[in-house]
Amino acid sequence: MSRVGVFVCHCGENIAGTVDVAAVAQAALAMPGVVAALDYKYMCSDPGQTMLKKLIADERLDGVVVAACSPRMHEPTFRRTTLESGLNPFLCEMANLREHCSWVHDKGPATTAKAIDLVRLQVEKVKRNRALAPIRVPITKKALVLGGGIAGIQAALDIANAGNPVLLVERSPSIGGHMSQLSETFPTLDCSQCILTPRMVEVARHPQITLLTYAELEKLEGFIGNFRATIRRKARKIDESLCNGCGVCQQKCPVKKIPDAFNEGLANRSAIYVPFAQAVPNKPVIDVASCTFFKTSKCKACEKLCPTQAIRFDQEDKIEVHEVGALVLATGYRTMPVANFPEYGYGQLTDVIDGMKFERLASASGPTGGAIKRPSDGKAPQHVVFIACAGSRDRAKGVPYCSKICCMYTAKHAMLYRHKVHGGKATVFYMDVRAAGKSYDEFVRRAIEVDGVSYIRGRVSRVYEEDGQLVVKGVDTLLGGEPVEIRADMVVLATAVEAQDDAEKLAQTLHVSYDPYHFFAEAHPKLRPVETNTAGIFLAGACQAPRDIPETVAQASGAAAKVCGLFSQPELTREPVVAVVDRQAPPLFSSCTGCLLCKDACPYQAISEEAIKNRAGEVIKTVAQVNPGLCQGCGTCVALCRTKAIDLQGFSNQQLFAELMCI
Amino acid sequence: MKVGYYPGCSLSGTAREFGESMAAVARALDIELAEIPEWTCCGSSSGHMTDRLLALALPAHVLLKAHDAGLAQVMAPCAACYNRLATARHEIEASRAAKAQVEKVLQRKIESLPRVLNLLELLAQERDHIAAKVTRRFEETVACYYGCLLVRPARITGFDRTEDPVEMDKLVAAVGGKPINWSCKTECCGASFSLSKTSVVGRLGAKILRDAVARKAQAVVVACPMCHANLDLRRSSINRRLAAKTSIPVLYITQVIGMALGIPAKQLGLARHLVRVTLPGPSAQTPPAPRPAVQ
Amino acid sequence: MAEPFEPKLTAFVCNWCTYAGADLTGTSRIKYQANVRVIRLPCTGRIDFMMVLKAFARGSDGVIISGCHPNDCHYTSGNYHARRRWMVFRDLIDFVGIDLARVTFSWISAAEGAKWASLVNETTDRVRALGPYQEIGKLAAAGIE
Repeated sequence: MSRVGVFVCHCGENIAGTVDVAAVAQAALAMPGVVAALDYKYMCSDPGQTMLKKLIADERLDGVVVAACSPRMHEPTFRRTTLESGLNPFLCEMANLREHCSWVHDKGPATTAKAIDLVRLQVEKVKRNRALAPIRVPITKKALVLGGGIAGIQAALDIANAGNPVLLVERSPSIGGHMSQLSETFPTLDCSQCILTPRMVEVARHPQITLLTYAELEKLEGFIGNFRATIRRKARKIDESLCNGCGVCQQKCPVKKIPDAFNEGLANRSAIYVPFAQAVPNKPVIDVASCTFFKTSKCKACEKLCPTQAIRFDQEDKIEVHEVGALVLATGYRTMPVANFPEYGYGQLTDVIDGMKFERLASASGPTGGAIKRPSDGKAPQHVVFIACAGSRDRAKGVPYCSKICCMYTAKHAMLYRHKVHGGKATVFYMDVRAAGKSYDEFVRRAIEVDGVSYIRGRVSRVYEEDGQLVVKGVDTLLGGEPVEIRADMVVLATAVEAQDDAEKLAQTLHVSYDPYHFFAEAHPKLRPVETNTAGIFLAGACQAPRDIPETVAQASGAAAKVCGLFSQPELTREPVVAVVDRQAPPLFSSCTGCLLCKDACPYQAISEEAIKNRAGEVIKTVAQVNPGLCQGCGTCVALCRTKAIDLQGFSNQQLFAELMCI
Repeated sequence: MKVGYYPGCSLSGTAREFGESMAAVARALDIELAEIPEWTCCGSSSGHMTDRLLALALPAHVLLKAHDAGLAQVMAPCAACYNRLATARHEIEASRAAKAQVEKVLQRKIESLPRVLNLLELLAQERDHIAAKVTRRFEETVACYYGCLLVRPARITGFDRTEDPVEMDKLVAAVGGKPINWSCKTECCGASFSLSKTSVVGRLGAKILRDAVARKAQAVVVACPMCHANLDLRRSSINRRLAAKTSIPVLYITQVIGMALGIPAKQLGLARHLVRVTLPGPSAQTPPAPRPAVQ
Repeated sequence: MAEPFEPKLTAFVCNWCTYAGADLTGTSRIKYQANVRVIRLPCTGRIDFMMVLKAFARGSDGVIISGCHPNDCHYTSGNYHARRRWMVFRDLIDFVGIDLARVTFSWISAAEGAKWASLVNETTDRVRALGPYQEIGKLAAAGIE
């Protein structure tokens, strides 16, 4: 027989002003199963809570209904009070007499009648509540950071500095990412590599960080706190323990004409190479597709000349499995290729380049030593046109979103050009100037007012080549749509920021949601920007959306904080509002028929198959099984189940139907 | 093969040689150009500048005539006619409201409308056939000029690349010619300003021909009567704006193909052009190697 | 003459959006008619539409179902499941003879307090005009289970 106590709060005048609280308490006492009821001015106050605890003890209550404000407000408060008095907190429910009743209706019998009904609903529900215990899940306190750009580097350092071991996996031969390709960064014009390389070295030296470069994640199994990551360490063909980074192999390699991806094709590299001078680790890699030995079995110059005999042509890829507790995704971005733009030459005009290529021209450690030169003839361009929004904000032929960083880097490029080519003219064709960060607008104004960059508001319809120059046909909308034709020597396109071309595949491997542009999806755009809907996998940097370096670093630290928060507990404790599949005695075992519709419906992949076996090990029945560590308690599976074999603790079928029965 | 044929107003007037050379080439290739019986005006620029419904109804009327004559496809050699017919078909298929309005105006139900092709689309299908019948290779260096309406807007035409089309170049190459890679393939020539403000045509045409001549083209090849008129008929206006006057001839693609198929010049109407057609033949001076045509 | 008919409405709402939106209505002190009784669920995906039928069987004259806007579900896809079920169930209700005007399916976010109030008011007025829901009650009285 139930022993429910009802506590009606006045909430000062908030409830009592409109609802006859005494009448509600009296009516509650008459409800079947209710053995005690009272009303009081402020239930959430100290005396109120003491009253609650006393009544629970005195009347040996096995269910509590607090009729007060919204459960979204004080459910945790009253559940804690209930717990303190020795009763299971999940045997406490709240009836919303304030937000849903007293605050929205006029004083009168109808309002009080509604209040009584609301109390009755919760009384019926709580009579079917079951004592629930929080779920405990063990945690492997090791993090996997996927991606070695500035986002991954920052996250790895923050997690490692908090005392947790980190595995940093980067697919290219060196960490550094796109930031290592940049010349200077806005708005300070800090040399990018100068601020990045110390962090790269710190990562390499950190006792808590294991750095795996030239490696990729192949498979991820498990769940939060208990992941198993299968990683392929690609063969560098070098014994890293012997290599001392002397560089002789690169000097002597006869294959020297491979377009260098790091330098965006502006320079060449050899078949055995280190991506750039400040690479971490500073160990080369053999590009098997271009190496003479791998193609024709001849040469082997590097092997002969290596002073430490570190070359290993027969080295194979290695597969490693690592146990980790959390993942940080920091896989970065790419930019839309120039070949995408028919009106700018289909990528065939040599002097029409993108922002990344311009960075390599401007970089002091780049192929031109920082001098701005036309890729076609090596001469310094006298007039450079910069086209903003190339591919962004374009529903017809590009992507509809804004790529965020281009207005700033275009201003930066124009400024750098003017600093390096004093007599040169820089013109920027823009739609809007988006310079919303700290010191950002001042930076753009400096480009215009101090460095004399011309800003024309209008789009460019066509760029074509004539007599070795580029004819740029645009329009000046602020002058009433007047056509503008410029004969430029170089055109720099601020191409759209896009997700990596294999982002979709990675997201599917990890069961992480992604948006139509293949950027990874955050759990909530406002309040949970560094988490994904997959518990234990966090986001940092441009893989989630286009962003600049300060934001990336901030977000990476945010993700790291989440990981450290996760690791700071001995175990993971979760609310037990989870689904449970019914189990019964043999021969039925479960009313679940094994149709597994629930498995596909679950947004969190929390449902798996369970094979029920007999003593001989033969499978008698396959049923669904819910992982309480993953289940978030939405109940979609419950509504789907045809046999009602799966139920949601806290919002069970019984509870809900009981509520319905008393309307 | 048989295809519906919509000559439009210019094919018997200013573009007479286009019509003549097209008929000759069609005969040589066993293509029956079945002229749509009692065809009417397509509306052209005046139609769509005046009223949207008029601009849809006029071409729809033409297509319905074709449909009634049992023609599944219609080829319109004039790029403007082609674009108007194709646009009307597209809009009527895409919008139930538009279709209802047109049906109301024309007082009949529209079940289906024939497919609309431009000349290049038709000839592209026959490219191998044409190459096989070449008797005298057309070994000239030429600039293929596409104008504006053959490949744009992309969602209506669905044919070739919009900024750097290649189908005409491929046809010229198939008969032995050397199409150059140049920047003005789709640059505006001034279109109907030809009548209202000829100086505009002079200025824009000058840009186009200057580029072609600078890249050592011996002729400009076109597939549209308007393009031809503006580059040929208005040559004096163009030459007034060029430092170095040019006498580069402008040929219709059907004339180029006709020459390669051995059809006599008279049948191709080569004498009807304002700018005399003189072609040097395989040139002693090699033009600069063209950049490879990109896919 | 008995009291004028006041309809009884049952509302199935999701905790994260509509329940929160209704809280906001309260916080903003926007008034609405007192005929609705809210049943809180973690997500509209939890709604077994048999519960809706049960509500009618037990004497509700109208039902409101409301959750997060598509794409905003706290549990990612629960509201999509609810929407799909609603598509099927709507035809079933109609077939069974319940006036579709008695059932309202809506998306109300946690920020839309005013929308909740106007939804409740509109639905109450509409169902009041339709009169009490008696069909299932009549069947039961005639001895049909």
